Amino acid sequence: MDFSFSEEQTLLRNTIQSFIQDNYDFDKRQAIVKSEEGMKQENWKQFSELGLLGLPFSEEDGGLNFGAVETMIVAEEFGKGLVVEPYIQTVVTCGGFLRRANSTQKESYIPGIISGDDIWAFAYAEPQGRYNLNDLSTTASLEGDNYVINGYKSVVSGGPWANKFIVSVRTSGEQRDADGISLLIVNKDSDGLSIRDYPTVDGSRASELTFENVQVSKENLIGEEGKGSELIELVVDETIAAICSEAIGAMKVLNDATVEYCKTRKQFGQPIGKFQVLQHRMVDMFMQYEQSVSMTYMVNLKLDEDYAERRKAASGAKVQIAKAAKFIGQSAVQLHGGMGMTDELNVGHYFKRLSMIENSYGNIDHHLKKYSSAE
Amino acid sequence: MDLAFTKEDEQFRHEVREFIDKNFPQKLRDIDKRTDLTREDMLSWHKVLYNKGWIAPHWPKEYGGTDWNITQRYIWDQECANAGTTPLIPFGLTMLGPVIIGFGNDEQKDWVLKGILSGDDWWCQGYSEPGAGSDLASLRTKAERVDDHYIVNGHKIWTTLAQFADWMFCLVRTNNDGKPQEGISFLLIDMKTEGIDVKPIITLDGGHEVNEVFLEDVKVPVENLVGEENMGWTIAKFLLGNERTGIAGVARSKKALERLKDIASSEYIDGENLIDDPDFNTKIADVEVDLTALEYTELRTLAKESKGEGPGAESSILKIKGTEIQQRITELTMEAVGHYSNPYLTPAFERQGSNYLTIGPDYSHGAAQNYFNMRKTSIYGGSNEIQKNIIAKMVLGL
Repeated sequence: MDFSFSEEQTLLRNTIQSFIQDNYDFDKRQAIVKSEEGMKQENWKQFSELGLLGLPFSEEDGGLNFGAVETMIVAEEFGKGLVVEPYIQTVVTCGGFLRRANSTQKESYIPGIISGDDIWAFAYAEPQGRYNLNDLSTTASLEGDNYVINGYKSVVSGGPWANKFIVSVRTSGEQRDADGISLLIVNKDSDGLSIRDYPTVDGSRASELTFENVQVSKENLIGEEGKGSELIELVVDETIAAICSEAIGAMKVLNDATVEYCKTRKQFGQPIGKFQVLQHRMVDMFMQYEQSVSMTYMVNLKLDEDYAERRKAASGAKVQIAKAAKFIGQSAVQLHGGMGMTDELNVGHYFKRLSMIENSYGNIDHHLKKYSSAE
Repeated sequence: MDLAFTKEDEQFRHEVREFIDKNFPQKLRDIDKRTDLTREDMLSWHKVLYNKGWIAPHWPKEYGGTDWNITQRYIWDQECANAGTTPLIPFGLTMLGPVIIGFGNDEQKDWVLKGILSGDDWWCQGYSEPGAGSDLASLRTKAERVDDHYIVNGHKIWTTLAQFADWMFCLVRTNNDGKPQEGISFLLIDMKTEGIDVKPIITLDGGHEVNEVFLEDVKVPVENLVGEENMGWTIAKFLLGNERTGIAGVARSKKALERLKDIASSEYIDGENLIDDPDFNTKIADVEVDLTALEYTELRTLAKESKGEGPGAESSILKIKGTEIQQRITELTMEAVGHYSNPYLTPAFERQGSNYLTIGPDYSHGAAQNYFNMRKTSIYGGSNEIQKNIIAKMVLGL
């Protein structure tokens, strides 16, 4: 058992920290968020140059063959900078599917991710499905050499920036069956795919996707037809681990900012940090953060365990992180008083990102249930 | 970073499991968990571990420790909890031992440590006083130097298991000038000395764990002073820091949680097992997640400690979260047994001829007493509110 970081891992962390320092102070971040595109292509190119876009891919596929701990480091540091570029969506989630795809697909798609030419998004959620990954009414049926897709996908994170989607569809079975789910690669410019883009409250972008007889080649099927459910759950767990890592980065910034603010803000003739009721609130924030760090390490180290162990790790981590995200976010705003309510201060923006993390890929209730049913 | 156990770790696990299985005293396995253990019962497991050389894993090897790394200590705790071994009495092993190693003179290192390791000397902790609880530094028990003795007068309270103790390590006031912290000394007092009177305090669960200790003109030889006169506060803080790290009780809470699940699997609600009730199940999952987080927080702390950093004020987290979780589990256990949390079944009741063991399911016995008893955990060892003050000051710099 070992909880230390290797020299190489520390180097990676330093690299990203200096990227954030140079390119991602709060003003620069806000300028990116408010720009028309909502992300910065230059940053994406730089991710590619730094090797970040090839992090989890095997050397054979042109990547660096790093593991979950390295992804954790990247996501955590991105969390500190509130980075909006869709790293997790493209590299961790869609990259996670493509790493397990067949060799033709790997050859066709992974180089485009590593070079920074392609941005990907995972279209899985549906209006009726809430957090159930298997609740799919979007269908695909094989006609000749093509799948024909019909249906609707909600709140596809990073959708406006993506030129390729991985879409979960039902190829057989009933609406909530685990069996009968398939994964298809869909190009953004496909006929019959209409897209509505919009900003999200946390400064990112997302899309609604409508599929009307969208045809994709059967070569675009990832894995076996109807057997996509297990792979989806695995890749979503890897994504959850990365999101938890992002969250602890954001929490750290909020906690530090809050302590600093309470040391300098004076009321009743003294720094408000001298008041015990506020001190204890900040201690609670600190404990929530430390417990979240522990769970984040744990889940990132347990992604390769058997199903029940991995399920408990991922859902358990998501529960802890969601609770902490809510508590730390709300408390940071409260302790900053009126200033915490302003758009001008960074605090509210961290709070908004953490609040979205709280619900992404399942909220507390959802994961408590998943946790207790994992055997 | 990795969580893997090496082949050597697994071998170690096998070795300790086998040892516990073969050597944990038979009598303690059958003992009814509710009855107060005798002094001899409490020491019997201690003696076994002493003979094996495993009684003080956290001490340096040269003083009788084991040289186990953090993984091995983690495995040891896990295996002990899984086997349900009786907890060791911490006053000597966890509290005083490290103090003597850090602050004691050669003579003290010799006799005090020997007595702790062998279990021949039972220690109790003379810290709190009626007027000095969370504000420990305001203590007033006075020690006056007369020739080669101190004459001690005062009143200690909440002294756990003083009724069994041979010795007490005691904070006394040796100076009234300056800040209250600056006039405190750390004395070792023989409980057989004339002038010591121990009076039981019965707690709300009906048990007798804690006592009042009255000291009237108690003569203590000066060689029983640890460290220098008036530097007792430094020692007291060092001791409390060590106390906190051992206090998380992760492995034992895991075991208690397992027991809770067993109980919930035997109880019914609307014709279904309680464990399948979504509301109750969610409560269990919730505390289990909290406990997992604490487990890894403790491991991270141990890992830091093994590199010679700490235990820092961060260990206060372990105390706060550990005790919250212990309390929560006893609360849920009482909730799980339903009506049968209510009967107050004591040996005294049995002596009236009621055959009390037949009332309610076995697992319900003591559920409520346990719940009431465990409220102490957020009060002792520096209340959880004091722990938050410590984190606020030492970690957050507020």
